[in-house]
Formats: sequence, structure tokens, C-alpha cells
Amino acid sequence: MATNQTNRRSFLKLTATTGGGLMLGFSYLTSCRNEQTAKANPELVMPEEWVSVNAFLKIGDNGVVTIMSPNPEIGQNVKTAMPMIVAEELDVDWNNVVVEQAPLDTENFERQIAGGSQSIRHGWEPLRKTGATARHLLLAAAAQQWEVEMADLRTENGVVYHDGSDRSLGYGELASVAATLPLPDEVTLKDPKDFRIIGNAKKNVDAKKIVTGQPLYGLDIQREGMKYASILHPPVFGQSLKSVDDAEAKALPGVHSVVVIDAAPEGVQLQWSDVNAFPKLVAVVGDNPWTVMQARKALKVEWEESSPAESTADRRLALERQLDEGKAEVARRDGDPEGAFAAADRIVERTFYAPFLPHNTMEPMNFFAHVTDEGAELIGPIQTPEFLRKSVSALLDMPEDKISIDMTRMGGGFGRRLYGNFGVEATLISKAAGVPIKLVYTREDDMTQGTYRPEYLVRYRAALDSDGNLTAFHVRGTGAGGSPIFPNRYPAGTVDNYLAENLSNESNISTGAWRAPQSNFIAGAEQAFLDEVAEAAGKDPIAFRLELFDRAINDPVGEDNDYDAERYANVLSEVRDKAGWSDGDQRGVAAYYCHNSYVAQVLEAELVNGQPRVNEVHCVVDCGIVVNPEGANNQIEGGIIDGIGHALYGAVTFENGRPQQQNFDSYRLIRHNEAPKAIHTHFVENGIAPTGLGEPSLPPVIGALANAIYRITGERVSEQPFAAPRELKG
Amino acid sequence: MATIQLTINGNQRSVDVDPEMPLLWVIRDELKLVGTKYGCGIGACGACTVHIDGIAMRSCSLPVGEVKNSAVTTIEGLSENGDHPVQLAWLEHDVPQCGYCQAGQIMTAASLLSNSPDPDDAEISASMNGNICRCGTYTRIHAAVKTAAQKLS
Repeated sequence: MATNQTNRRSFLKLTATTGGGLMLGFSYLTSCRNEQTAKANPELVMPEEWVSVNAFLKIGDNGVVTIMSPNPEIGQNVKTAMPMIVAEELDVDWNNVVVEQAPLDTENFERQIAGGSQSIRHGWEPLRKTGATARHLLLAAAAQQWEVEMADLRTENGVVYHDGSDRSLGYGELASVAATLPLPDEVTLKDPKDFRIIGNAKKNVDAKKIVTGQPLYGLDIQREGMKYASILHPPVFGQSLKSVDDAEAKALPGVHSVVVIDAAPEGVQLQWSDVNAFPKLVAVVGDNPWTVMQARKALKVEWEESSPAESTADRRLALERQLDEGKAEVARRDGDPEGAFAAADRIVERTFYAPFLPHNTMEPMNFFAHVTDEGAELIGPIQTPEFLRKSVSALLDMPEDKISIDMTRMGGGFGRRLYGNFGVEATLISKAAGVPIKLVYTREDDMTQGTYRPEYLVRYRAALDSDGNLTAFHVRGTGAGGSPIFPNRYPAGTVDNYLAENLSNESNISTGAWRAPQSNFIAGAEQAFLDEVAEAAGKDPIAFRLELFDRAINDPVGEDNDYDAERYANVLSEVRDKAGWSDGDQRGVAAYYCHNSYVAQVLEAELVNGQPRVNEVHCVVDCGIVVNPEGANNQIEGGIIDGIGHALYGAVTFENGRPQQQNFDSYRLIRHNEAPKAIHTHFVENGIAPTGLGEPSLPPVIGALANAIYRITGERVSEQPFAAPRELKG
Repeated sequence: MATIQLTINGNQRSVDVDPEMPLLWVIRDELKLVGTKYGCGIGACGACTVHIDGIAMRSCSLPVGEVKNSAVTTIEGLSENGDHPVQLAWLEHDVPQCGYCQAGQIMTAASLLSNSPDPDDAEISASMNGNICRCGTYTRIHAAVKTAAQKLS
């Protein structure tokens, strides 16, 4: 193939190794075989030979197709959904598809990131084009062989047909020729009404491996000669390493070495995502995880103060003082909010609080690294492999092409693995110790090293006239590292007089993105507040919200409103119908828009031993086309349970800079008996290109929960966690 | 260090380790059976659940020296072909999201059903309560346990 064709869109590039020739079958493919598929189709036999059509696709001589999943898999199930999109346009039988995780490969793949619920949204068109391009090449190969027009050919389930002459050839028979043909300038994509794979439920491609305990995760990676490493970071935010006496630890059996690393040395430019609160660490390297975790206890370490230690109680006072008196940045102002408040018949006001939250992925942070003079091999769970490679390149002063990163399936992400400090640390430990190592965090390391969901405080005020109309709306918020407010989201655009003010609180307790950043707090606060405003206005909470949407649909205020009011209102109307909402309904309702998707929920709760327990949730989602309904339902359910759990129980607090919760004995995650008994999810069918799904169901459920608690107790809960520590009364 | 004889998934295995080392790390790093997961190290999350003589136990808090006379079953040994009714029910309900906790969930569920083949909702909840799933797959886990119970009956 001509090399001048490789400067197209990277998704369409042919791999350098193809050269039009055949690639021999890889033995490892057997182990990568999609067992779930094999189960569904026991006749699925691995091919003798594979042809690599492009970076995404290998076609076997027997028609079995390997599709690479480009993005990191954190449990959002893109490893099933992204290949489904390619398979749809390629027009193959899903039962003949094997899925493999792609490594970091910026030459051939774009945006290999798991973040912001954007994998499917950004991948939608490129993935479709990739499949369609390969299909085009296969058609062209058949046309060439049969000496007929491409227009007279059709495909179905991995076979090209020429109906005029009643001939057919399988993709496997055409692939080697197809791989030599020039890429088309344009391809035709399927009409969504012809989709046969997209929109049909497919099981998780890794499910069989998961339920049989096969190695999939970073923690499972083992290499010949590999040692384990355990790090010790300061126990207090605001401290750094002063000195270490490692004599005793070094002398323990099974200990290889003790090294001190600095993951943020002066003069080295790390990526934003890779800087942690505790860059200077002591690491014990040894034969197995338990040995190094034990040996750590024998280190004699002195810490020194680098900035003042903070406590939760003091921080709360500071946040309140800031909210009362601080000079804010005006993020949005419409009309004359001050005048409208002065003229109000009634003003509703409430302040909402939420604490720091650790991510608590079930698989703690870990990474394999093998650094030599020649290069660095990295393997592990990372949501941002490209950033990590840049940081490692800078730290090692090594060109990026000498650094490989393989992405393992991740035991949860929730934003934590956007921050690759543990990969950086593993790299530096391997270099310092001179051996391949795997760094494994203990749960305590994981829960106490920061990168938390920020602590937030926000105050809402609403002005009502004597007819119960909303005449002004004011939101003023602060949080560790920044404000939680999205100034242009609902109800901005629905009220003439509007003011959004941002404040920011500086803290040495480090923060980061946590599933649905900012939204994970502000949605619940806003939706609980609107419920209270609706009540003050004497209106049904759904009718009140829809009234505001009417204004945004018919006569929006301002031009920067960050939502489609009709789609937003529609999910709310639909959930009202699906849940059988009635006047004086005793359930909680909420609706929110984030990650380009719209979600509305109705939640029913009761008190069990004085604490709220959710029984049932109705949920309507508008995320455009649903690629895989099975996975989509699972994501929505998970977001709802995750949101309920953290709103009820989640908090990490601090005494003199020390996290008070360090493991699951003191940090409470939602458990089986506390999850809703039933979640009913309905997806709006509108044919719009797909949008985010991993995050959007979490934020509103916190508001729906707060509103349900109000219905059953008469108490407006505005402090998270809602469940602690007193009994509520029904 | 001591030489300890273990019965893992029906096989006799000999390991040379500190008897204080938790069974979890022996299984994972000495015997290379990595399906059993580390989650908390204090027996509070259930990711490390294995069967000791058929009973679900937390391998992260169990010194290997204490299990030498017992039969240990890990997720890899729950069934020969991954077709234990609980595993099949997990596939049917497409339970996993990240999947990391699911081996522990499955081992707890299998132990429950071997002792109580037809548990009611409260019994399922009580038994599964020690296993955390951060992704929030509890409703699917609950449904899968019920399906597995039906398969067994």
C-alpha cells in the first residue's frame, strides 16, 4: 500500500506492520478469545491466519473478526460498546467478533481516555467510519475479483454478495486483498433504522473471565523477576518527608531495597494529572505484597510541616465565613437580582454542604513498571495513559517512543485513575531499585492520599411574588479548589433576575475529579432547593419545574444556557408518567443535565430504624441512541446506587490534617441491603447521536433522595451524609 | 518461614512462607491464582472471599498457618468450566461493571446457596451484606442469587 495514504485521520490509518501481507495467527489470541461469545457460539474457531485491515481490525481467514477497543475500561463497559459500533458498520455477526484491549497508541487511536462520560460520544462517528471503511475495502476487493461494480454488491453478516450472479465471498476470503486497496475518500454510514447490533443488548465481553477469576486487572499482572513495592506517604496533609532510617526494614527477610523517590522534582514538567499531594515518598521493595506492607512498619520516618494542618470543623467555619463575607466572582448575572429580591413577597434560602469523598475503587491503585536504560514498560489501570507517558518521559528524560503503556481492565475508576501519580511512582521505584516492580497501595494508602471529591458549601436564595412566581434566583458557592456552580445550567435561562457567584477555598487537602465532578454535589443541592421553592410557591414539584422549562423553551433568558430545554422537560414529563406521579405524591423527584445527557428520577424511600432506605427508583434517560441497552441499564442502576450510597453515608473528615477514615471499618460504603429493591429505567428514543452515560444518573438521585426524605420526615436534609448520625422521625 | 501443605481447589500444594502471611497473598502470589482479590486487608469488603471447607471466609485476614488442614476453594476452583449455577446466573444477569468485587460476591453467594438452597430476600441481603460493590451492582447481584437458587432447585 502507498505510504502517502497514511496521513489521513488516524482512525483510518493502516498499521505499518500490515504491508498488505498476511499476518500469522497470534497464539495469544486464543487467550484473548471472547469466551462469552464462544459460549454463545461453540462453533467459533480461531482462524489459522489473520489479516490486519487497520489498527482496529483483524480479519481471520475463517471470517472471525478481532476488534480492538481503544479506550480504557473502568467498568463503564466501553470494551463491549465501542467494538459494537465498529461491528455494526462492518456488518459482521457479533457472535464472530473477538474483542481485545488496545494498548496506548497515539499514532492509530484518538483520545484514549476514560473520562467525562465521553468515550462513546467522541468515538461514535470515528468508530462507525472505521467499520464502514473496512466494509468498503472488502466490497472493493470482491468487486475487483468478480470484475463487477461495487454498487451491485451488498454485505450481510460478514459475507459479500453479488445477487446478480448469485456469488458470495466471506470477509475472511477477501481480507488479504482488501488490506492492499486504497482507502476511500468517503464512506456511507448505515441509516440508524438498519442497525442490527447497536440497540440490541449484548453481554459484557469480559464477563466470563470475570466470573471465573481470570487475570484481567493491574493487580493481577505478574512478570518473571518482578518485585513488589509499597509506599509510605505522610500521614497528614501539610507534611512532607524529612528523613528515613531504613536499616531495620532493609534487614528483614524478603526485602530487596528501600528507596526514596521524588515524583515532582524541580524543573521537570509533569502533566497536570500526575501531581499528587505527597510527591516525596519512601518505598519498600521486596518479594511479595505482604512482605513489603509488613516491612514498611519497620521504617523510622520523620515528617516535617510544609503547610498548616487543617481540621474539618475549622474548615466548615471558614467556608461559611467565606460564603457570608467573601468577595465572589460573578459567573452570571441576568436582570436585576438585587432589586427583585428587595421587591419579593417571599424569599426562600437554604445552604447545602457535602464533605470530601475518597474514590475507593475496589481495586486499589497499583502499577507495574520495568525501567531500564533502553526503555520503560508500564502496565496497569490508568484512565489517562497518554498523560502518564508524557510525565514518565519527562521524569526519565526518555523519548516517548521508548515507553510503552498497556492498559489493564480497571477495578473501578470514578475519576481516580485520571491521576496517574501511582504510575509515576512505580516508574521511579523501578528505576531506583533497578528491578521490575509492581507498586500496590494498601486500602489505607488509597484512602488517605487525597485526590478527593472536594468539600463544598453552596447557598441558594429564591424570590417569589405574591402569585408564587419565581422572580429571582441567586446561587453562591465555594469549595476546596473551586466553586461547584455551573452558572449556565438550569434554572439559569428560566428566570429574569439571576445571579451566580463563585468563590474558591484553598486547601492542602488535595482534590480531583470524582464521578460527575461538581454535578455530584450541585445537582442534589439545586434539585432539593427547587423542591422547597415549589412548595413555598404552592405548586407540585414537577409542575413547578416544567413551568420554568416552558419559559426556557418559549422565551429563554440570556443566550448561554447550557441545555436543551425541550429534552430536559421531556425526561421530567416522561418520568412523571412512568412513575404514575400524583398530586401530593410522597416520593422525591429530581432532574438534571450533565455529560450531554438528561436524566429524571422519582424515588420512593421509607425509614428503617430511623434511617432512610430507598425502595424503588423510576428513571428516564435521554442520552440519544443507546448502543448497548444491557450495559446502559447497568450504568444507570450503578450511578443511582452509587449516588444514594455516598449521599447517605460518604464522608472523609480531618483532625489536624489526618484523615479520620482510613479503611472500610470506619468509612461506610453502601451495602447490599441498603440498595434500592427495584430500579426501572426508560431510555428516550430520539435517534440523536449518543451522549454520556457513566455519570449522569448519579447527580440527580441525591436530590430525589433529599426530596423523598422530606416527604417522609418533614425535614429538609441539606448536609451530607444524610444518614449520620441521628435518627430521623417519620 | 515454614513449609505449609495446602489443599487448594482439590490439589495438594506446598508453599514455603511465613505462617503469618494471610492466605490471600499466598493464593495470589505464591500459587498464582489471582482471581481472589485484595480490597481492604481487614476483612471488611469481601473481595478476598474464598471457601474454607465450604464456608465463605475472608482470606485477607486468615494467616496461612491456620488453614493447613482445611480444603480451600477459590473462584478458579468453584467449577471446572465456569458453569457453577451462580456463575451462570451472573452471566445471565450481566452483573459485572468493573468486575473486581465479583469473585468475592460469587463465592459468598455460592456458600449461601450450598447451606440454604432457597433463601428469601432478607436472607440473601444478610448474607451478601459483607461484600462491597463500589459500582453499585447490588440489584443485579440480588436477582442473580435468586436465579441461581432456582437453577439449583
